[in-house]
Amino acid sequence: MGVMKFSMKQIDQNNILINRAVNSYRPAIFLAIISLTIAAFLWWLISRLGNFPSFILPSPMDVWHRFVLSITDGSLLRNSLVTLQEIVLGLTLGVSVATILGYFLAKSHTFEKIISPYIVASQSVPIVAIAPILIIWFGPGIFSKILICSLTVFFPVLVNTVVGLRSVPEELQDLMRSLKSTRWQTISKLEIPGALPVFLGGLRVGATLSVIGAVVGEFVGSDKGLGFLINLGRGQYDTALVFVSVFTLILIAMSLYGIVVILEKRLLSWQQSSKDTILEHQ
Amino acid sequence: MQEEPVLIVKNLSAVFPNGNGGLQALDQISFSVFPQEFVCVLGPSGSGKSTLLRILAGLLLPTGGKVIYQGSELDEPRRDIGFVFQKANLMPWRTVIQNIMLPLELDNISPADAERYAREMVKLVGLCGFEETLPRDLSGGMAQRVAIARALVHDPQLLLLDEPFGALDALTRERMGMELLRIWQARRKTVVMVTHSISEALLLADRVLVLTPRPGRIRLDFPVNLPRPRDEEIRYTPEFTELTRVLRGAIG
Ligand SMILES: Nc1ncnc2c1ncn2[C@@H]1O[C@H](COP(=O)(O)OP(=O)(O)O)[C@@H](O)[C@H]1O
Ligand SMILES: [Mg+2]
Repeated sequence: MGVMKFSMKQIDQNNILINRAVNSYRPAIFLAIISLTIAAFLWWLISRLGNFPSFILPSPMDVWHRFVLSITDGSLLRNSLVTLQEIVLGLTLGVSVATILGYFLAKSHTFEKIISPYIVASQSVPIVAIAPILIIWFGPGIFSKILICSLTVFFPVLVNTVVGLRSVPEELQDLMRSLKSTRWQTISKLEIPGALPVFLGGLRVGATLSVIGAVVGEFVGSDKGLGFLINLGRGQYDTALVFVSVFTLILIAMSLYGIVVILEKRLLSWQQSSKDTILEHQ
Repeated sequence: MQEEPVLIVKNLSAVFPNGNGGLQALDQISFSVFPQEFVCVLGPSGSGKSTLLRILAGLLLPTGGKVIYQGSELDEPRRDIGFVFQKANLMPWRTVIQNIMLPLELDNISPADAERYAREMVKLVGLCGFEETLPRDLSGGMAQRVAIARALVHDPQLLLLDEPFGALDALTRERMGMELLRIWQARRKTVVMVTHSISEALLLADRVLVLTPRPGRIRLDFPVNLPRPRDEEIRYTPEFTELTRVLRGAIG
């Protein structure tokens, strides 16, 4: 585990964080496994005792069989890859635009005044309301999903970029100025590392939302992807397929989240606070 | 001192805009600083000491008068001026050695050379063994040593210090004063240092400028004729006590 290795590496460097980092990470994994096991057991118990038909509440075994089936016929992998592609491209687009725009917003109050009404207005419209329009304009293919996904990612990343850049101490700006740093030196040596903690917080939220964005896009109109698979399962009373798709989405969302958390651990190792479990981040 | 001054300050005024007509922080300040001279600026808080120093660093433009640094008018920051802030002002994501290397990096000096110079500075400020430490694990005094090392590493002609020990406790502060004296005696620079400690000023300075309360004017331009090299013991001499009395009287 990247996170574990990180904790081990720290031991050499500094002996303040060691105990907290190592001791609290292991139980976190352990507890997560226990809680998942209990949840699966309860699910099984309810489906068993309630005697529900499989299209209302499939049992864990039903879902497992559906999972094996969708793996063997290749449909799960094929559709997951479509959704994953939308997410990755949507994230890339949304994060890039939000970061660049965020930089100019943070630097120029005039620009902020001109542009912020539009940004706030865009946030008051739910993405499900915009999605159909984007699909009308850009077709039912992958491009409209990428756009919808990037729009959901956009706002938290933008806000955190601005807040992060504004959190860079004025005295450090003065220091850079007194050393006659160029614009690019100030960006690369002060503003990027200084804004990073807050920025990564936004990325963490954005990464999770990106999954929602892609699925919303697929729901509104598509013939592939996990969102499409959920629609398909619902239409055919194949509730086990819905479960399989939802679990896959959860897995994708958690992996993205985990990647950002690992990124934070690596890039922000200089920070005092030891953020050891995933839940502590919320 | 027959040499040309490093720094000439002429009729300097600074007015900050506020609701009613502006707040005058500095009023007609004039003085010169000669090569290798150590000048301390003393004055009550709010007398415009930081403003003066920021103007000398080229971080702030005066509203009147001018600063001539090495023969030419100063209107922007210069790489050959080092600045030490009241807070150590270190980058928390950089280790001690990386913080000290910053000015060299900005000058595009090769990493190997930069590290070599930075290690010399670490030795000079007495932080050997702490090269890879992060600022969060440094005490206030150690952090300020790093700040001094960073300000000296690119070998500036002029060093400006704005109450560098103001945030430290009294004992650490006294120790850091001695450290700065030692460092300055090792690397003679032209120094302008703001302080509100009379004994710090007398320990270190060749000359003390006393500013009036707002707006800051020069009340006294006072030579400190204590023998050099100085050490701790000088605090207990009658001359030191006498000068303390004079300065205390001038500050009022
Ligand atoms: N950027 C600023 N804008 C407005 N007023 C300022 C600014 N900087 C300082 N002042 C005012 O100028 C006066 C002198 O401040 P300063 O130079 O910080 O004094 P000192 O360092 O001697 O305590 C104070 O009254 C302060 O409020
Ligand atoms: Mg001040």
